[in-house]
Amino acid sequence: MDAFTTHTGTAVPLRRSNVDTDQIIPAVWLKQVSRTGFERGLFAAWREDPAFVLNDPSYAGASILLAGPDFGTGSSREHAVWALQQYGFRAVIAARFGDIFRNNSTKMGLLPVILAAKVVEELQAAVEADPAVEITVDLVAREVRLGEGAWSFEIDDYTRWRLLEGLDDIGLTLRHADDIATYENGRQRWLPTTV
Amino acid sequence: MGRTLAEKVWEQHVVRRAEGEPDLLFIDLHLIHEVTSPQAFDGLRLADRKVRRPDLTIATEDHNVPTVLGPISDPVSRAQVETLRKNAAEFGLRLHPMGDAGQGVVHIIGPQFGLTQPGMTIVCGDSHTSTHGAFGGIAFGIGTSEVEHVLATQTLPAYRPKTMAIEVSGALPYGVTAKDLILAIIAQIGTGGGQGYIVEYRGEAIRNLSMEGRMTVCNMSIEAGARAGLIAPDETTFAYLKGRPHAPGEGAWDEAVAYWRTLRTDDDAVFDQVVEIDAATLTPFVTWGTNPGQGAPLAGVVPTPEEFADPVERSAAERALTYMGLTAGTPLREVEVDTVFVGSCTNGRLEDLRAAADILRGRTVKTRTLIVPGSMLVKLEAEKEGLHEVFKAAGAEWREAGCSMCLGMNPDTLAPGERSASTSNRNFEGRQGKGGRTHLVSPQVAAATAVTGRLTAPADLA
Repeated sequence: MDAFTTHTGTAVPLRRSNVDTDQIIPAVWLKQVSRTGFERGLFAAWREDPAFVLNDPSYAGASILLAGPDFGTGSSREHAVWALQQYGFRAVIAARFGDIFRNNSTKMGLLPVILAAKVVEELQAAVEADPAVEITVDLVAREVRLGEGAWSFEIDDYTRWRLLEGLDDIGLTLRHADDIATYENGRQRWLPTTV
Repeated sequence: MGRTLAEKVWEQHVVRRAEGEPDLLFIDLHLIHEVTSPQAFDGLRLADRKVRRPDLTIATEDHNVPTVLGPISDPVSRAQVETLRKNAAEFGLRLHPMGDAGQGVVHIIGPQFGLTQPGMTIVCGDSHTSTHGAFGGIAFGIGTSEVEHVLATQTLPAYRPKTMAIEVSGALPYGVTAKDLILAIIAQIGTGGGQGYIVEYRGEAIRNLSMEGRMTVCNMSIEAGARAGLIAPDETTFAYLKGRPHAPGEGAWDEAVAYWRTLRTDDDAVFDQVVEIDAATLTPFVTWGTNPGQGAPLAGVVPTPEEFADPVERSAAERALTYMGLTAGTPLREVEVDTVFVGSCTNGRLEDLRAAADILRGRTVKTRTLIVPGSMLVKLEAEKEGLHEVFKAAGAEWREAGCSMCLGMNPDTLAPGERSASTSNRNFEGRQGKGGRTHLVSPQVAAATAVTGRLTAPADLA
């Protein structure tokens, strides 16, 4: 996983609510068996519209997505996270996230930041007024900063530590292999097996 | 203080608990399909790791498979299915490939084999894993990183979600189904209403549902934003499981049932949130928009965006009506459809096919109508009852098992601008094919709609 400490970059405002993972990356792109190349499928249907915000050259190179509430609902496809990262996004800021998308993001080092809807709208307006304005997402201080403004966000200590260090969950869990074996020995005998 | 069912099942599966860390949760069953697993197996190979518990893992092919006989013509889809076969062979996993009698949609085959049982933890790289909660376990969808984690360790680190009770009092009126109920629930609490919660569905109307109906309700928990949905096991659950291939055998059955009977929310347990629904007020329900929360009674009209006080909801409604090609105020019964789809992990079980057949018997369809059994076993059982003859006589297409038109990954898709009445779970833009327009409905409404070519309740048919 990519470590995330602090990131400063320009942002793109996506003023839509309920952006489901089918929109982030349509199902036809999920047939790939590799982990790369998904940036081409990011918002594939919407990008066909020249007026779509990602096609606006003034937002080229943006690395922070300012999204509407309930971003990443629906399908569990982690490909949505890969597509955003491979396109160049390091963080997504929204008022609410789909649970599975948020979880997938923290496994990959794409930082999902929850701020109040009013604050997200302020940030969107600021970026629309000046697309070159830079936003800082600081995981160390748990803070988003733009100009003089600073807004703190919540993230649990454990997830923050994993992201700061870029740690692999599997490696962490395997330290407790003895606990897993003990649990396995105590399972009820009637539980099904697939063999 | 007593505990809720979700808390009991969770506690039973904690392998390790430490201050300031998520619980490490043991996973009793891991379901695998071809779409979200290839990169997870690659990860195992890179780290030289094995699958810890192949005996708690099962794989099937569903998302990419065509529902007409023959090989997969799309080379990319074919490569993905072949990759699963190679991975299953390399890591020693049981796989039900296309053509196998056990093949089917991943959430249909678990229950059908008796692998899904009360009190279990079940995961799959698919958000509709919530289906399995109908048996009284905790079942939820995960991403590919977590699939790799479960393959390697048979556990997941997770924080326990909050608990929500959805109490459905009274009885569902005649002609109102589990699908209408869950669509109405999602419209009430919204697509984000369940975020951060495990939902327990309770009350008289829930207890009176068949296992198939309970699976339909739990299946769409994710559409309300909930990570999982569950229903306390009871005699209906035990009767469904008894005698299935992987259910506890004679020697263990009584012991298992005695444990399963403890899997209920204690009378003095407290939920973090309670939602109450009066079943008697419900009627057939359909969606008009592009998220599952945008629904209304079929007897109603396409809403006017100005009806929504919240500006975010208002602009979402405006966008949805434009995409759906609908005019505010139009009676929903006047909306004409091009295609009807009966199937998916939401409504692709035998009971669903029987319900559709009861309406189509002796009638003729006016639209393209796809009837897709959720598994090869469902297909076999339906054919034993002669349902396929009813569908064919009505002019509908009787297909092979698969995810089919629920999502645009196989040849069953909508053309741009084409409109469907679909028993699946998502009406997202482009979900059934780029530019396609989806109305989510029950199998009964789907069948009646096929007969008239317009959104129709069975009671509307002469």
